[in-house]
Amino acid sequence: MPEQAIPVRLGDAELMADISGALWWPGEKTLVFADLHFEKGSSFAVRGKLVPPYDTRATLSRMLGVIMRYRPARVICLGDSFHDLEAAERMGAADTRQLKAAIRTVQWIWVAGNHDPEPPEELGGEVVQKVQAGDVVFRHEAIVAEPAAQGDLLHNDPARLDRANGKSEISGHFHPKATVRAQGRRVTRPCFVTDGTRLILPAFGAFTGGLRVTDPAIRGLFPAGFTVHMLGRAGVFSFPSDSPAFGG
Amino acid sequence: MAPLDAPKVLPAAFATWFDGRGWAPHAHQLGMLAAARAGSHALLIAPTGGGKTLAGFLPTLIDLAETPRRGLHTLYVSPLKALAVDIARNLEAPISEMALDISCETRTGDTPNHKRQRQRQKPPNILMTTPESLSLLLSFADAPRLFRNLKCVVIDELHSFAPTKRGDLLALALGRLQTLAPGCRRVGLSATIHDEPGFTRWLAPADDPVTLVHGAPAPDPVIQVRAPNARIPWSGHMALHNLPEVYRAITEHETTIVFVNTRAQAELVFRGLWRLNETAIPIGVHHGSLVKEQRRKVEAAMSRGELRAVVATSSLDLGIDWGNVDLVIQMGAPKGASRLLQRIGRANHRYDEPSKAMLFPGNRFEFLESWAAKDAVEAVDLDGEPLQLGALDVLAQHLLGTCCSDGFLADELFAQVTTAGPYRDLDRKVFNNVLDFVATGGYALGSYERYKRLAEDPDGRYRVANGRVARQYRMNSGVIVDAEQLAVRLGRGRKLGHVEEYFAMGLEPGDTFIFAGQLLEFQHIHEMSIITRRAKGGGDPKVPAYGGARMPLTTRLSDRVRAALAAERDWKKYPTEVREWLEKQKEVSELPGPDGLLVESFPQGSGTGVRHFTVAYSFEGRNAHQTLGMLLTRRMLRAGLHPLGFVATDYVIAVWSLNPVTDVDSLFDQDMLGDDLESWMAESSMLRRHFRNVAIITGIIERRYPGVEKTGRQITFNSDLIYDVLRKHEPGHILLQATRADAATGLTDIRRLGEMLTRVQGKIRHRVLDRISPLAVPVLLEIGRESVMNASVDELLAREEELVAEAGFGPREPADA
Repeated sequence: MPEQAIPVRLGDAELMADISGALWWPGEKTLVFADLHFEKGSSFAVRGKLVPPYDTRATLSRMLGVIMRYRPARVICLGDSFHDLEAAERMGAADTRQLKAAIRTVQWIWVAGNHDPEPPEELGGEVVQKVQAGDVVFRHEAIVAEPAAQGDLLHNDPARLDRANGKSEISGHFHPKATVRAQGRRVTRPCFVTDGTRLILPAFGAFTGGLRVTDPAIRGLFPAGFTVHMLGRAGVFSFPSDSPAFGG
Repeated sequence: MAPLDAPKVLPAAFATWFDGRGWAPHAHQLGMLAAARAGSHALLIAPTGGGKTLAGFLPTLIDLAETPRRGLHTLYVSPLKALAVDIARNLEAPISEMALDISCETRTGDTPNHKRQRQRQKPPNILMTTPESLSLLLSFADAPRLFRNLKCVVIDELHSFAPTKRGDLLALALGRLQTLAPGCRRVGLSATIHDEPGFTRWLAPADDPVTLVHGAPAPDPVIQVRAPNARIPWSGHMALHNLPEVYRAITEHETTIVFVNTRAQAELVFRGLWRLNETAIPIGVHHGSLVKEQRRKVEAAMSRGELRAVVATSSLDLGIDWGNVDLVIQMGAPKGASRLLQRIGRANHRYDEPSKAMLFPGNRFEFLESWAAKDAVEAVDLDGEPLQLGALDVLAQHLLGTCCSDGFLADELFAQVTTAGPYRDLDRKVFNNVLDFVATGGYALGSYERYKRLAEDPDGRYRVANGRVARQYRMNSGVIVDAEQLAVRLGRGRKLGHVEEYFAMGLEPGDTFIFAGQLLEFQHIHEMSIITRRAKGGGDPKVPAYGGARMPLTTRLSDRVRAALAAERDWKKYPTEVREWLEKQKEVSELPGPDGLLVESFPQGSGTGVRHFTVAYSFEGRNAHQTLGMLLTRRMLRAGLHPLGFVATDYVIAVWSLNPVTDVDSLFDQDMLGDDLESWMAESSMLRRHFRNVAIITGIIERRYPGVEKTGRQITFNSDLIYDVLRKHEPGHILLQATRADAATGLTDIRRLGEMLTRVQGKIRHRVLDRISPLAVPVLLEIGRESVMNASVDELLAREEELVAEAGFGPREPADA
């Protein structure tokens, strides 16, 4: 049987990549979600495209399900939790109530993203630009470390600063998805991407599309190659970037 | 009808004009005139080349000649822009030669903006247009003024519209026109109508009477089914083994159209013909994925008589008449009698000479099909899709467009819509749901009140809420939805055409493929283009395939194929190879008869490698067979038979499993269309494709706008996500109803499958054989080429993960510090 969650090592941290797209860190009792994009559907409605308004409800109920399963002490949402700055105002009353109730039960951290540079404070939870637990930094978007120029000073570059301190990084933003060729068919699924020091989560929101991991924007973050953990229907499946199954 | 005396019926100027050309008006032309004078709607069925267009316009020309006036008098609607332009040009002759004061213009997507503006201010007497342009015209506030004095709408190639979404769009537009100009007459023109009462009902507003006018039939076409050297392969659809014979036929005729069934086949046939073309006679290629400029160039060369042959897909089924075409060739299966007749009609547009056609089947079943189609055409036993209730997504688009023009009460709209043929039986509740959807999305959650597209006046009139909604409607209107495509470019420069994203994503740098008659080498993908360079021969080039490119065998023709199989007395007319094949089948098993269903079971392989095959000769077309294959394998899985896969052709479905099938009756029980169908549909990519079309037509998601290039991939992904969420949270929503209705007749063809299962209950003949039967050989040869794996996403991923791990590719561990 395929596994519902598989172990992923990041630096010294033992993590679990969950089939839902969430990341579980048992050692820290921390559950991580990326790119929820609440109220993306209604953001289209504002512009005259009446797409179904059920995405927040769908995302939320999956999210609460995962929270029930792991019973975390801490939840970190890695940014772009709200599709835009007015998203919380558009959210339905029942959805808002459910979300607030969940936030009250744990330590809840909203990392700011580009869609939600200022996540709504009235819902509760703590708003941060980045957050650290053990040797792991959580931020919305992975930072590209430019090769050091001669005489460059370390303190200007947060990524290098983190790395110099032996830290790993967990982020979202890119909505990674991967395609493998299997039995003459191509299967495309959202995925985690990691090289053992850097980990990017798949988007969790119901209306979030994906970017192929072969896109330079993602591939460029993993110069020495990477492994994807793809979300199947009943299990998580792993493929290294140099595997023959792995196509563009 | 008593023969009309032309000189008395025609005004002097017209009679003189006919005389001057040495023509006598055809009876059907006068018949159309009589219908006009009686104020009746009319449907003219006359063969190509019979002066059909003039028959349609004669009453208009005479009326305008007798009473010259300004303003729009007659609207002409054509399925093709090019045809509208051509017809306008043809009308110039009588107008200028008789010095009539009649203005005639075209309006299509290609018409420049300033001209469109002017046309709305000062319309011509006769306007040639397409259904899309007509709908747009009707969405403007000045539509009532523009159309108020309209006397007549001429719909050309009527058979090409019904029952399609474009036909639905047109029918709805006609309904609106009728309320703007209640006295307007409708005139339908066609060469091939398989269902006269049905099309009459389609054409007439409400249940108004329609005068049927028949042209004299053209001489019977001369059709040959060819099997060069008496050879007919067991399988394959490309029919390439016939090319030397095809080439010879081309050289022996003035101009030939070589029709093929798919764009891939067009590329292969074109390439094959040029390989044989030592004398370099001019041969062109024409299909829907080539850039417009290239297609126009080929069409123009055909008009000028510069080409000896053109290899074409259905992109040339309709179009401008080329008088010089004296041979039509069909490569591969004809698929339907009406389609074949339409294609044959492209040869020889001279009324009094028979058209000449040659059919080159690709395999043995296709030979039987070609034979059956030839018989059907000779017996004028035409087929076509049954007319059906109009599509709900098209209705939604139409309602939005109508409310862009003015405010309407729901009752008024309903009354207007139900005068349109395809919507005559529309249920009021369904209509209300569609209107609700257009206004607010119609979601049970009801959260979109404040974003509504339609606002209601205090007196209950619906109109668009703001100018942006109207602009979005105009950007998004039309019902033709393209697959996600990538442009094919030579270097960074010239665009050659399009391929589907699916094909493009399977290419590796250095791969070669055939496109636009050239051998290209794939270099890379840049933005939404695949960049190529010319390749030097050799290698094993791919040929782009296009999803849904192959149309299934029609029901009527499949009946005839079954009859041809059973009619032993005709076998002596078949080539030896075919005859022996059927005789052998009769000896070891039996032949599928006209009734019931023959199912054969036999083992293949030996020891642990033995596979049990079950083959059903249902002849219901590929789409229905694919659905059947999915449903059969689900059921076999539950019954512990371990199904391993299936393959579907137009004629046959074959399933293989580890354990043999014994109870065929319960396997084919029609209750498979219940829960099994539901759960399969939830996952089915075909449903998703239908949903994407519905979402685009209803304006839920955007088409690609010029300048705002969004990738097709993003659109697909979004529509899939929307489908999943909507299906879970509001499975009864009108968008999903529209999707299921499309699927019933479209890619999943559930309706046809259901009819077959009902028909064969209690009449299934199961033959258990110890080895493969002759009739089963072709479908087994398709395995690999056509096979659809019956594995879920997880099974595929798991097997692949295993293989990759076995090959020594482990997950990437953290680097040692």
